Order: sequence, then structure tokens, then C-alpha cells
Amino acid sequence: MTTEIRPLKIVIVGHVDHGKSTLVGRLLHDTGSLPEGKVEALRAMAERRGMPFEWAFVMDAIQAERDQGITIDTAQIRFRTARRPYVIIDAPGHKEFLRNMVTGAAASEAALLLVDALEGVQEQSRRHGYLLSLLGIRQVAVLVNKMDLVAFSADRFGRVAEELRAYLAGLGVEPVAFVPISAREGDNILAHSRRMSWYQGPSVIQVLDGFVPAPRPVDRPLRMPVQDVYKFDHRRIVAGRIESGRLRVGDEILFSPSNKTVRVKSIEMWNVSESPEEAVAGQSIGITLSEPIFVERGEIVSHLEQPPMETTVFRGRLFWLGEKPLEVGRSYTLKLATTEAQVTVEAIERVIDTSDLSSRPADRIERNGAGEVILRTRRLLAVDPHETNPATGRFVLVEDYRPVAGGIVSMDGYPDQRRLVTVRATNIHAVGHAVTREARHARNGHRGGVLWFTGLSGAGKSTLALALERELFARGYQVYVLDGDNIRSGLNADLGFGPEDRAENIRRVGEVAALFADAGFLAISAFISPYRADRERARRAAGEAFHEIYIHAPLEVCERRDPKGLYRKARNGEIPEFTGISSPYEPPEKPELVIPTHELSPEECLALLVRYVEDRFRL
Amino acid sequence: MNHLDELEAESIYVLREAFAKLDRLAILWSLGKDSNVVLWLARKAFFGHVPFPVIHVDTGRKFPEMYAFRDRYAKEWGLRFIREECPPIEEVDPTLPPAARAAARKTLGLQNAIRKYGFRGLIAGIRRDEEALRAKERYFSPRGEDNSWNMKDQPPEFWNQYMTDFPPGTHVRVHPILHWTEVDIWRYTKREGIPVIDLYFSKDGKRYRSLGDMDITFPVPSTASTLDEIIAELEATRIPERAGRAMDHEAEDSFERLRAAGYM
Repeated sequence: MTTEIRPLKIVIVGHVDHGKSTLVGRLLHDTGSLPEGKVEALRAMAERRGMPFEWAFVMDAIQAERDQGITIDTAQIRFRTARRPYVIIDAPGHKEFLRNMVTGAAASEAALLLVDALEGVQEQSRRHGYLLSLLGIRQVAVLVNKMDLVAFSADRFGRVAEELRAYLAGLGVEPVAFVPISAREGDNILAHSRRMSWYQGPSVIQVLDGFVPAPRPVDRPLRMPVQDVYKFDHRRIVAGRIESGRLRVGDEILFSPSNKTVRVKSIEMWNVSESPEEAVAGQSIGITLSEPIFVERGEIVSHLEQPPMETTVFRGRLFWLGEKPLEVGRSYTLKLATTEAQVTVEAIERVIDTSDLSSRPADRIERNGAGEVILRTRRLLAVDPHETNPATGRFVLVEDYRPVAGGIVSMDGYPDQRRLVTVRATNIHAVGHAVTREARHARNGHRGGVLWFTGLSGAGKSTLALALERELFARGYQVYVLDGDNIRSGLNADLGFGPEDRAENIRRVGEVAALFADAGFLAISAFISPYRADRERARRAAGEAFHEIYIHAPLEVCERRDPKGLYRKARNGEIPEFTGISSPYEPPEKPELVIPTHELSPEECLALLVRYVEDRFRL
Repeated sequence: MNHLDELEAESIYVLREAFAKLDRLAILWSLGKDSNVVLWLARKAFFGHVPFPVIHVDTGRKFPEMYAFRDRYAKEWGLRFIREECPPIEEVDPTLPPAARAAARKTLGLQNAIRKYGFRGLIAGIRRDEEALRAKERYFSPRGEDNSWNMKDQPPEFWNQYMTDFPPGTHVRVHPILHWTEVDIWRYTKREGIPVIDLYFSKDGKRYRSLGDMDITFPVPSTASTLDEIIAELEATRIPERAGRAMDHEAEDSFERLRAAGYM
């Protein structure tokens, strides 16, 4: 069925009053796409109001627009030619409404850039041309409108077309055609105008029908940004849309920036006869994994080969829509695919004057301006250079709830930082005494603190502590685990296992943890620490930075788990004074957080801990 | 992927973004063909589940067939169903023409539900091709503290990045099928086997193209009595979909006034 052909999305841009709405009205009428009675109704309305009929009325179906005489927002209108259906997006030409122009143009596959033959190339003609190139719209045709006002002069057309051709060439945009038209009179819209016999090129409709639909990037490397992880039933489903490439059941995949690998167990879809073996770019799917690893929204799924880059810094080429200017040192919320992060503008490399494409250094980018900036985040981001993968190589900045910028990622001169996340945090460098706690926190992007895990042997303290350390490190935290392995072998090598030595052991751990916290680190301690008094002493050492986290599982569960065979030995009397068997465990009275490891999966426990830390320690 | 697959994938993406980013989310179920497709898409997005409440803002004046449909599928699909009754008509602005006044009553009912449950996100099944004002909508459309839609100052929306954070006291309307057309809805309904209320099929030479309150919705001349016939009819017609909706025709700006005040 021909009607199931996907409509081609086109945008019509250009300076205010250069005739965009008129062209849309004309296209709708000439292709027979208007609802019955629409033009008659609008003619009658114009007559009632004592004004001449305009084709633009078709678009301006809104009171406010008719009153102001400018298109305020992006509207979407459909029509069809003999070849295929179209959605036209009429983007406003007024400078104030650049955000709407961007909204319209970004959704398009091709653009018509309209310029007035009489007025010639204007500010917004150039700015819109610039934005088209930044938004990645490669198919552009230039329509030189209002030829009736310049007596259909070939000479005038040539001059206007040449000026725009030169400008667009500077952006690397090469229009597919330059067409002289009169939207109001209908010249060169559907068929060739007899009034411009000197013009031999295509009509507007021929130009439209010559555009090619944007291909879906199935042959680029796999990228699936994770939208969410669902557990509505027995399945744990990682949901997202494949932005590029293809994915098959059994594939070994990599999550970035966490750097975890796993296999695809199944591809999940609902209301399909059989679950698919493969999914491709464009599809919104879900996958289950061969192992229950902890992953979450914001990560990007790729194959092991050709993964995205990982970085805390990149260059962004952006346009600025914010009312307040963009300034060096300011922070914004970055949205890139499904991830969000705080970014700071480290430098503005140049501001671009869209009227002549010249650039100059500056310390701010004003509203509706464009430029290149260096953006830095505190935690690792997975990104692609825009030229290799647009969907994961472009971003939006948000300020005061509103999107204020759109930009594309350049990684020229910046290394891939992926190797960093596989290295454990063992480097602690000394810092001078005059450095304040606030300064340390600001540099790290989080407060320092002590996460004091307490609980029975086998409750999961060490496992969770190490998993949490790895996860937080990947998120840019300065984090370190204190456990029996690294404390007992050195600092506390002189201590035994009698009650006094155990108390001293915990005291020293508490003091060391407090020092780590003061140095700006998150110290995770993983000791049974059975006595309230010992834990209270540790709390006093670290003050408000101390968070007691009860890693809880009932004794019978821990004994059943018995990962090191200690309970069995204790029951046999081989270990004296074993906590829970022959020595008491005093559960916390008011812990900051309880993690019931017998009720939740390890991934769920880890997710709770990560959220707790992000909520309380992230600046 | 064909055209319907692409429409579906985009809608699922929008629904999942809403669920991931918005607390206290709900879906508005008007029982019509569009909101039935939205519900179906939600079940697709969330693998057979609808993980948030489904609200019917009830005027009490729907067709009996619609109520029967609602009661049956609320149960069969395991929905967390909420019925919110609209206030009496006397509480509604009397300067509005009758049909617009009835629609404004529905807006009041919706406002009450928002207040009562503290919703921050409401999913609605509007489409750009329905009507010139809806053509200007965003996928994520912020509403003011008084529920209002500020059409002239909408946030930019591009590259699938939506406005998902907003000031306290405000909420956002989410429009997952904004990019669909009427005939897309029917083609998808047919492909997926989504249940349909009989009123959409021709009886005695007339059928409903759009379903609202009984007293302000009228059937249009049609002989289409199957899904295929509806699709064929829509491919040929140039009569607008909401021709049978009285409120659209009462005054040039009545729909605009309704929408600015928070109507869907």
C-alpha cells in the first residue's frame, strides 16, 4: 500500500516575513491537501475582518498569530505529492523564537531555506543556515521568494543565490538547488513558471521529491543508551532504543561508562508471536542479561569492539538559547542520550558570529549566539565524537529547568579515559594543610564521609563494600574500602582477636576512616563491629560525616551462606568467641540505612547504596 | 521497520522517558481510539504492564458502550484504574458556549484529580494532526501552577531531550502519539488487534469518528463498518476528524481558550 510510505519530514526556514507561511499555504493548496472548505472559510474570515486574503492564514490558525502577524511556534502540517507524503514543519523566522526554529529543524530530514528576492540575505537567513549545519541537516534547497516583486529578474536571483551559496559553502553545506519562486503567485511551485523561462532547474515539488529519506544507521557501531531497568515480573529487563547498529541474542556487550561486560540472554518485546533474535537501529526494545550485573539508566550498550569513548572533558560546538549568557565557570545540567551530569564551562574557545562566520575570543556567549566551549564533568561520561555517531555525540544543556543549549561533541585532542575505571583507587596524594574541607569537596564534587558497614559475618559487607567502591569510583568518587585485608596486615598487625584487641582494632579503623573523610574521601569500612560502644566511638571520631549502614541478614541465613566455612568451625568449637554463635552482636539502634541482604538481590542492594550516596554526598 | 514500527518505537521511547523521569505519573484514558492506542503502547513499553494509574475523568455523559468497554478492559488488562467524577455543570464558567462549557467541566474534573493525587506527569493521547493548536504541542508540555498551557513560551524540544524537570507546583503533559495521524491509529489498531468500541463502525449510514460526551458528539455520514473500510475512508476524505465535535465550531477561539486553561 503506497499510503504506508513514511512521510518525509521537511522544515521551512528563513528570515521573518520572507514568506514561509505563504509557501506552506500555497503548497497545501496546490497539492490538494487542504480540508474541504478551509480556504473558503479563511477567505470569509478575511472578508469579515476587512483584510485581503493571504495564503499564510492557512497556517496562522491561531488568534494570537493573526494579531501579531508572525508565526510563533513550530506547526506540523501534512501534504502529499504524487511521489510520497510529507510533514512540513514551518519554523518561525523571528529571532525571538529561535528555540522553536531549532525544535522544528532538528526533527527534519531536509530543509527549504527561504530568502526574499527584494530584501536579499538577512540576519536570520544566515543564522538559520548555520543552525541547519549544526543540527546535522545535510539536504538543503534555497528558494528565492517574491520574484514577482523584482519583476522576475534573473540577474537579481543570481545575486541573491550567489551570496547565500558562498555563505553556506563556508559551513560545508552545498544546497541541492536554488529555485526562484513566488509563493503568493504560485510560480515554480508545482510546475515551471512561464514568467521565468530563463530558469531551467527543478520546481519546488521536484526538489522535494528529490530529497532522500534519512537512512537508519544500522551499519554503524552498536549504541543503545539505557533508558531504564525494569523488574515488573520475574524478568529483569534493560530497556532502551537502539540508536545505531544491531544487536543479537548471545552478543557479548559492554556497558559504558561502568565498563561491565555481559551477554545478551534474550531480546524482549510484548505482543509479538516469538521473541526476536536480532534488533536494529530505531527499535525500542528490552534485553535480559546472562548475569545479574548492576546497570542503570544513562549507560550506553555497545559491543566490545568500537565502544564509545569515556571522558570527563570534551569540546562542544553549541548554540545558546538561554536568557542569561553562557559564561566560563558556570555549571549546567548536561543531557546526552539518557545520561545526565553536571558540567562546568571550563573555557570558551571562541564565539562565532553567524553573520559572517568569523570567530573571536570571549568570556560569554549571548542568547541566540554560537560558539565552541570546553565542558568538564566530575564523573566519566560515555560519548562519541559527533561525526562518528550523532545520536551519542550531541547534547543539551539545561538551566533553571529549561533546555538552554544544543551542541555536538568533538573529542579532538582528548584521550579516551576508559582505562581509568578498571584501576582501583589506590593513589592517595598528600595535600597541604591550608586546604579547606570545602575546597576538597568542591574539587571532588562530593563530600567526604564514612560509610560504616556493620553486620554479621556472611551478611554481605565485604561483597557490597567492594561492589560499591567500584561503582562509586566509576562515577568519579574518591572512595576507598577499609577491610580486614588492608588493615590487619599492616596498621593492626600487632592486634589479636581477644575482646580488647578487637575493640582497639575497631577504634583504629574508626580513626583512619575519619581521616579519610576529612581528606575528602568516602571511606567504606567493612567490619562486623558487633559492639554499639565501638561504633559510637567511631561515630564520634568522624562526627556528622559518619553513616552507619546495617548490612542485615538473620543469623540462620548467614550461617547457611557461610562463605568462608567459619560458622561451621565455630559450631565445632574451633573458633572461640565467634560473633552470633559464642559472642554477641548488638544490632544498630538507629542506623542511617538498613540493607536487608536476605530480601534483596545483590544488584538491588547495590542500587540502594548508590542512591543513598548520590543523594547525600554528591554536591 | 515499517512506518508503524517507527511510530511505535518513538512512542515507546517517550513513554519510557516519562516513567523514568516523572514521579506520580498517570495516564488519561478517555476510552476513545487514541487513548486506547496509548494504553496499548504503554503495555508494549513496559512489557505487558502499565506501571502507573489510569484515570478516567468521567463526565457521566459518555455512551453506555464506552462504560462497558472501560469496565471490561480495566479488569482484563489489570489496570490501576481511577475514576474521577467531574463537578456539576453549575460550577463551570457560564460565559462559554454550551459544548465548550461541557469540555471546561472536564478540565475542572482533571484539575481536581491533579490536586487530589498530586500528579506531576499526565500522559494524554493527543495528536498534532487533529487540530491546529495541538499541532504546536511538545511531547513533554509543561503546565503552570494554575494548570495553564503557555503556548507562546514553550521550551525547545529536540534530539529526544525533553523537559523532565520543572518547578514545584507545576506538572507536565506527556504526548506519546503526538506524531501519529488518524489513519495511523486505525492501521495500528488493526495490526495489533486492539479492541474497538462499536460506535466507530457505521450503523444506518453513520459512524462516530471521534468519541466524546453523548450530547456534544455527533456521528458523521459513513458506510465504513470494518477497520479496513475505515482506513480506506480516511485515505480518501478531506473532512476534518473533529467535524463531529460541537465545541470546535462554536467560536473561532473557543478551542484555544479551552486549551490554554488546561484542556487536553
